[in-house]
Amino acid sequence: MADLITTRQTADGPDMNRRDFLKKTPVAVAWVAALAGALSPLRNLGDTISAEEFLQSHYKELSPDDMKRVLARITDEVEREYRVRPHLRDVTPMDGVQFAMALNLTRCIGCRKCVHACVEENNQSRSPEIQYIRVLEMPQGTMDMERGNHDYDVEQVPRDGHFYMPVQCQQCENPPCVKVCPVEATWQEPDGIVAVDYNWCIGCRYCEAACPYWARRFNFSKPELPAEDVNPDMAYLSNRPRPKGVVEKCTFCLQRTREGRYPACLEVCPTGSRVFGNVLDPDSSISYILKNKRVFVLKEELGTRPRFYYFFDS
Amino acid sequence: MWVKNYYGFVWSCLVASFRGNARYYAWMTLLTVITLVGLNAYAKQLVYGLHVTGMSDHVSWGVYIANFTYLVGIAAAAAMLVIPAYVYRDSDMRDVAIFGELLAVAAIVMCLLFVVVDMGRPDRLWHVMPLIGRLNWPQSMLSWDVIVLGVYLLINMHVCGYVLYSRYQGREPSRWLYLPFIFVSIGWAISIHTVTAFLYVGLGGRPFWNSAILGPRFIASAFAAGPAFIVLTFQLIRRFSGYKISDSVLFTLRRIIQVTMLINMFLLGCEVFKEFYTDSLHVASARYLYFGLHGHEGLVPWIWAAVAMNTVSTLLLVSHRSRQIVYLNLACVLAIVGIWIEKGMGLIVPAFVPTPLGQVIEYTPSVNETLVCVGIWAFGFLLYTLMLKSAVPILTGERTSDRNGV
Repeated sequence: MADLITTRQTADGPDMNRRDFLKKTPVAVAWVAALAGALSPLRNLGDTISAEEFLQSHYKELSPDDMKRVLARITDEVEREYRVRPHLRDVTPMDGVQFAMALNLTRCIGCRKCVHACVEENNQSRSPEIQYIRVLEMPQGTMDMERGNHDYDVEQVPRDGHFYMPVQCQQCENPPCVKVCPVEATWQEPDGIVAVDYNWCIGCRYCEAACPYWARRFNFSKPELPAEDVNPDMAYLSNRPRPKGVVEKCTFCLQRTREGRYPACLEVCPTGSRVFGNVLDPDSSISYILKNKRVFVLKEELGTRPRFYYFFDS
Repeated sequence: MWVKNYYGFVWSCLVASFRGNARYYAWMTLLTVITLVGLNAYAKQLVYGLHVTGMSDHVSWGVYIANFTYLVGIAAAAAMLVIPAYVYRDSDMRDVAIFGELLAVAAIVMCLLFVVVDMGRPDRLWHVMPLIGRLNWPQSMLSWDVIVLGVYLLINMHVCGYVLYSRYQGREPSRWLYLPFIFVSIGWAISIHTVTAFLYVGLGGRPFWNSAILGPRFIASAFAAGPAFIVLTFQLIRRFSGYKISDSVLFTLRRIIQVTMLINMFLLGCEVFKEFYTDSLHVASARYLYFGLHGHEGLVPWIWAAVAMNTVSTLLLVSHRSRQIVYLNLACVLAIVGIWIEKGMGLIVPAFVPTPLGQVIEYTPSVNETLVCVGIWAFGFLLYTLMLKSAVPILTGERTSDRNGV
């Protein structure tokens, strides 16, 4: 047994002679072939990443000129892939604005129109479909989400003895997802929106593990977005098409709300259950709700301080 | 000058690790083939995305992170050789401590591979590198983990490299150039596993992990499974390399595992008591693990198998039986497998079931995902074998710069 590890003392030393060479070459060739075989699936890798994309800096480190170049590059990429020239821009937060949303649980009928309007607005993958909003059908008399039904039949709503609770990113003031991200690929913007830089995210999914509201989604495969479904009105930090392998989430439709429009989920809601606005403006409808309704937040004990409130109307 | 000498040393190690008898070649060929199969599976994952795994937005971490967690423990266990060797000055231990440090190197490399294969964007690995990337330190526990694992790898590489290089040069290593690192490595070993536990502990949204006892449990189980692994490895080393490792080393390790297994079982019991006696809504994950939830019972047979293995192993270890090598080996195998289940799948997966919105979606690793894991394990064994193959003749004095001056 001992001979196994003792060095074979060859007469010719480390210099390979011709006989050795002839003997060893086929073995080496076989191993190289095996390695090539193992790596052969990579032929289907498709588009390779350009040096420019590979070396792109973090969103916060991009100069205005850098940003212009990045936006031009992504615009071209989108046009090449979807044959639609997008109106892509970096929409920045407005001064003196802090967004919040409130949801009237008495009014919500669980029609899931917000779920689908969100997908259409934000260019999510259609297959598998990525949805930012999850509506729970809750039996009356409990707030235990384990008793909620995620798969209820939308034709049957609203069912007696139930209420409907849509849940999406709560845009926490103390966001656990931001704290855990190892590379600052997600952060809180001055207007309170938690954003993701899809070009910086490494896809470790630690934020998914940290989020208490199951609000984050990961692109397990390349998002499938039919060209005819593309919404060309795009922002860098929100609804531009995402690559494979990164995390995404609700951004309060910042491509709309930062330009004075309402989020898609609010606009489509047939019952007017959603209220959205600037909490720093005392005359806004959201400020009215926060002052006059008995609002609550989900999982308050976790200290996440959501900017997403729920209330029941009397 | 020493750069050239060191280069010669590394080269001679490489040459030595490619020479051996038929059995050695067969073993290495087997490991290489399995590694290539894993590499092939990973190439597929690169093309089609993590979609080819069993993970989902519901259970977003699986067997990759489970293996990562387990192997951080194996790496930390090198301290269980270093402490008796250098703190208690056990000379038998001192002769073999280096094998533990080499194991730590192999285990950390495997850890890093398990993290990389779990990443959606491995091409952006540089974003995590200190200085060139944008590390979210000190906020993110993962950024701490990058640092402590990286430094632990460097410490162990330095200690092993320096000691072997000195022996190769035919002189005693200078105490000042490695002893301080040895002592730092003891504390550092604790730190890598504590930080890895804190990755999970710090998440308020996952009550199953949000427990102060998780850190101590990680340390206890690591210091049981790691030395158990080393007991088996040492017997293989002395069988196949002829390097003398006395039984006393194995029995010192047995005493360590006796205590750590008992502590591990006790801490697990504490956790189980807190979950089930309190019986709050937060017990859901533990109930899923041990008894199943709403008819979903995927992990139940596994965790009870783990409980049975850990119990039998502990009983064997505390009884006289395990003074016989056969029973000691049985106890070690049971501890290695039992703890792998308990702190791998049994710790990672239940935290995601139910989801934070109360949905129960189970997770089973896919075939492709399993092949990637097997490939990384094979690569780890390959690396460890290569390192032992170069190290043993140097430690026995068979290979020195004079006799093998390359």
